Amino acid sequence: MTALKKVFLKGNEAIALAAINAGCHYYFGYPITPQNEIPEYMAKHLPEVGGEFLQAESEIASINMMLGAAATGVRVMTSSSGPGISLMQEGFSYIAGNELPGVVVNMSRQGPGLGGINATQGDYFQAVKGGGHGDYHLIVLAPHTGQELYDLTIKAFELSEKYRCLTMLLGDAVLGQIKEPINPWKPEITAGDPDRDWLITGAKGRQPRLIKSLFLADGEMEKHNWRLQEKYRQMTANDVMVETRFIEDARLVLVAFGSMARIAKTAIDQAREEGMKVGLIRPITLYPFPAASFKNLSESVSRVLTCEMNTGQMVEDVRLSIDSNIPVDFYGRPGGSVPTPEEIFDRLQQAYSEVEQ
Amino acid sequence: MAKVQIDQERCKGCALCVMACPEDVLKVGESLNLSGYYYAVVIDPDGCIGCAQCAEMCPDLAITVWR
Amino acid sequence: MKQVVKRPASLTEKPFHFCPGCHHGIVHRLVAEALDFFNLREKTIGVASVGCSVFLYDYFAVDVIEAPHGRASAVATGTKRVLKDQIVFTYQGDGDLAAIGTAEIIHAANRGENITVIFVNNSIYGMTGGQMAPTTMLGQRSTTTPYGRDYRRDGYPIKMTEMLAALEGPSLVARVAVDKPANVKKARKIIRQAFQMQVEDKGFSFVEVLSACPTNWGMTPQEATKRVSDEMIPYFPLGVLKQKDVVDVL
Repeated sequence: MTALKKVFLKGNEAIALAAINAGCHYYFGYPITPQNEIPEYMAKHLPEVGGEFLQAESEIASINMMLGAAATGVRVMTSSSGPGISLMQEGFSYIAGNELPGVVVNMSRQGPGLGGINATQGDYFQAVKGGGHGDYHLIVLAPHTGQELYDLTIKAFELSEKYRCLTMLLGDAVLGQIKEPINPWKPEITAGDPDRDWLITGAKGRQPRLIKSLFLADGEMEKHNWRLQEKYRQMTANDVMVETRFIEDARLVLVAFGSMARIAKTAIDQAREEGMKVGLIRPITLYPFPAASFKNLSESVSRVLTCEMNTGQMVEDVRLSIDSNIPVDFYGRPGGSVPTPEEIFDRLQQAYSEVEQ
Repeated sequence: MAKVQIDQERCKGCALCVMACPEDVLKVGESLNLSGYYYAVVIDPDGCIGCAQCAEMCPDLAITVWR
Repeated sequence: MKQVVKRPASLTEKPFHFCPGCHHGIVHRLVAEALDFFNLREKTIGVASVGCSVFLYDYFAVDVIEAPHGRASAVATGTKRVLKDQIVFTYQGDGDLAAIGTAEIIHAANRGENITVIFVNNSIYGMTGGQMAPTTMLGQRSTTTPYGRDYRRDGYPIKMTEMLAALEGPSLVARVAVDKPANVKKARKIIRQAFQMQVEDKGFSFVEVLSACPTNWGMTPQEATKRVSDEMIPYFPLGVLKQKDVVDVL
């Protein structure tokens, strides 16, 4: 890995820079607030590396162009927000069935519907539970800082190729828009293996290949589905990412991802200063979900507080993952209202008072 | 000199060849193939002029023509 | 004596699943012949669509990517933008291209994507059992127009060739039919021309092929083929509606 000169960039720009440095030279996308810096950066800088930028006529066209490019084996990306991600769901399902790699960035905005352009975490269900039809998953990564936006973009390409699985970088409007110092770097590997046996390149000197997701013969589709599930099982065993803080002696554990986790860290620091034994579990892979972190909570933990910028989505997975009777509280701020550290601290304090002394 | 031959198992008895033949050489026959179609047959082999209009129309590549 | 009309090398040996008298078989053959003519089989990627032609990959001995319904032109765009030296074609029916895929075909044409689009228009939805298509004729019965298509409810049949020919982007826009041997010969020539445009990097080529669907029209193959001649061709005129001899590229 090669370190590059430090830069001061918006989150959206950091993602685009990371993608280019990871060897992604193809981008198909459509404008939507709050992620327009991504296509704009790609439009400006892809020609510099001999890449191809195309503004498509819609998000539907974008994801399908990405499908066509991904089938050839190149690293390719698209990006959007709520309404556009909804349009792409059909494409996601097809890409999952086709087992093609690729990276999609969702810089979440308010919803449902036209919503608004401020940050929320209301797309968690859509991202990790499906959204498109059929039994499939995306790998979902949730960064919480500008640097992590950069790092996880590169990781996203690697994971998507490792598992032939579409990977989503789930950010939000705030992460996309704030400007931070970024330490960019270039990975060793910036392309997939050119000898993969499924690449569509023209059947010269070999049998023709086929990328499809239609399996009509008796039992074929079941077999294909279990194949996909085996991939998801392996991901869960090998590639879960989670950050924990102050967890060893915690009585109360706060669970949050993305921007909410970033704000919560300030509240937790304050809580610790005041003697509250509070810890943090920050899932970084939302899929595969770090269920093991919740099954193996230390003896000291007697309460969990899940904080999200929605009406209660990840909290369901937290509850599913906890093996005991530990109560799980929820603090939610949907619709673009971003909480202050003080507001989280107040809620934290309230939950802590419930903890058995 | 010309010859036309119909692959009876590929033929679906659609009769587009019958419609296309200018010399009335072909007809939908009275026997079924394994797929359950009444396949087309050559009723006047000597009348074939090798124009291959039948083969042009055949959607199933069931007809071979020699000229 | 010499054999006339051979099975093209770009087709596999698999017997077509199409109904008796369906014109897909003829069109598949003409496309395969064009690929053979320019020796393109080993450098061609077909983009299959959704409809009766969904099994394109069983019949063409080329790499194939299956596209979601209506999206083939967008998928083909993605593939061609990466594999600029390969030949990329789509094969789409009237629902796929003229209903759900209207945005994608217009913009691929408008951008002058260097691909070839084969549009099979049989004025009905075949695979799904005979519902109205955007190109279903006025008065034509289908399972969703049991009393005949009425323009007050469903609008008029869409003329995709005329629409696309009005754009600056495309290089070749044409309509052919395969209802008679003479028209099959003309269709062969124009389909070959369409692929030639791509071989010569001359931009977007589009060929609409008027076709019969005996099963869903409730007709015999001969009656259905005659309907193409007598009813469809007068409304959807044949010919090359646009051809750029000099292509303006950056």
